[in-house]
Amino acid sequence: MFETTDKSLRSVVVVSAGLGQPSSTRLLADRLTAATVDRLREQHVDVEVTVIELRDLAHDITNNLLTGFASPKLQDALDALADADGLIAVTPIFTTSYSGLFKSFVDVIDTSSLTDLPVLIAATGGTERHSLALEYAIRPLFSYLHAVVVPTAVYAASSDWGSDAGLPDRIGRAAGELAALVRDSDRSTRVRDPFELPAGFSPF
Amino acid sequence: MQFGIFSVSDVTTDPTNDTTPTEHERIKSLVTIAKKAEEVGLDVFALGEHHNEPFVSSSPTTTLGYIAAQTSTLLLSTATTLITTNDPVKIAEDFAMLQHLSDGRVDLMMGRGNTGPVYPWFGKDIRDGIPLAIENYALLHKLWREHTVDWQGKYRTPLQGFTSTPRPLDDVPPFVWHGSIRSPEIAEQAAYYGDGFFANNIFWPKEHYMKLIGYYRQRFEHYGHGSADQAIVGLGGQAFMRARSQDAVGEFSPYFDNAPVYGHGPSLEDFTEQTPLTVGSPQQVIDRYASMREYFGDYQRQLFLMDHAGLPLKTVLEQLDILGEEVVPVLRKEFAVNRPAHIPDGPTHASQVTARNAADAVEGTDLKEIKPEMASEGSENV
Repeated sequence: MFETTDKSLRSVVVVSAGLGQPSSTRLLADRLTAATVDRLREQHVDVEVTVIELRDLAHDITNNLLTGFASPKLQDALDALADADGLIAVTPIFTTSYSGLFKSFVDVIDTSSLTDLPVLIAATGGTERHSLALEYAIRPLFSYLHAVVVPTAVYAASSDWGSDAGLPDRIGRAAGELAALVRDSDRSTRVRDPFELPAGFSPF
Repeated sequence: MQFGIFSVSDVTTDPTNDTTPTEHERIKSLVTIAKKAEEVGLDVFALGEHHNEPFVSSSPTTTLGYIAAQTSTLLLSTATTLITTNDPVKIAEDFAMLQHLSDGRVDLMMGRGNTGPVYPWFGKDIRDGIPLAIENYALLHKLWREHTVDWQGKYRTPLQGFTSTPRPLDDVPPFVWHGSIRSPEIAEQAAYYGDGFFANNIFWPKEHYMKLIGYYRQRFEHYGHGSADQAIVGLGGQAFMRARSQDAVGEFSPYFDNAPVYGHGPSLEDFTEQTPLTVGSPQQVIDRYASMREYFGDYQRQLFLMDHAGLPLKTVLEQLDILGEEVVPVLRKEFAVNRPAHIPDGPTHASQVTARNAADAVEGTDLKEIKPEMASEGSENV
């Protein structure tokens, strides 16, 4: 691990698309979050964590799709993402891909607001056979949005929770990769201009 | 301060009885509604332009000309005129003609249109929306101010020695608003020319429009047309009223729940909290709209959307009675309270003539551009 003397605060947002209560998706998200926070603290970087449970925003997300604007609660979540230094995104795998709720949430995010954002992607599923959904569906989704997805994606099948066959190691490796990028991020301190005109724009 | 209504001319099934007006009925109802607006003391009737079903208003100047012949004080406007897909030459001619026929009772609002398939029907591409709006308006602006025009651009054939006829009434072009719901480019354009900026804020939260209008005001000042608080701002609004608040909610709910834009989405309660839609007693509407200037500054024009979502004509006319007789007279008083003297009134032909004459007197030239911030004198719509 690199040592750093930078003690300024970093913002990590956690998006969990689990539907159950309690949810294995949230459980995985929590473990990834704890591991990431640990890595950053080891490097003397303070972290502020914001957890977004998409279940709580399900109606707001649908309404945004229909009306084109976010409710105040959903807007808070979108603002947190736009200003984050890191994102931990966890979805259940439904029918070979991310859940519909997860994708609907991504669909209401402004397409420029995740640019440069370090992202750790993770997923849960009933069977190990869906693990590559992270690589063929979720990684390209964030690549399209110009986010920086760390090399290690974490998939947890039902069987992983009952064995010690590598899940903790993968969580640790992924968290280390994310922490290194979060530490060096200046996204949360950037000033954004919502009225920035395109380069070369002339009003006449 | 000007008050009025705007219509998007949708033909929508009434969800309470499953009946749909014919195009003919809807077109005739637009005329009835406009005449009613004048009768109840409103200042402005603005009509949209659409080229796709379920809308009927493809030719606004025809409709507005017909209305002009049957009214005497009503200011006729658009919401919006498509500056992207219409030829600016034809806009210059059509609206100058309407301006003469209506004795100056016309202005217009530029809009881009957000329906991709419409553009190619007129030989255009929605991806060029902003550049089209910039170039076409630059030409329109020139055609109304210069007698003989040589011009070359990217999107239409060049003009050589062209004169748009008729020339604007009294050589003063119709006032122009630029409508936008989110594009800073359009706010910048409105500010550059010193034109009006209309934010159709009825479907989104006010926070967004406070920023957008704030930006326009700042740029208006930057370009030297006056102070930021003198910029010419128009806002949309939406209301449904009955004497008892719960009656308004009960009657409007089925229309809200099935409305083309927001139906089957947020609850009426959430939507009225998050947008300017106000459903309740006349007093609730007065309170809501009297507070608008706290968020947007003193402004010049407030237009309400009243005929939409399948509301029957009879209901719309009742709503206009309430709006014109109970709500707007009180709002006029409320808006006049503590309104600084240097804030311009809503633009009229008379105020534009006065401004032009004042500018000519100062500059001693006929070519001086009209400055709407000087247009406070001569307005009859107070």
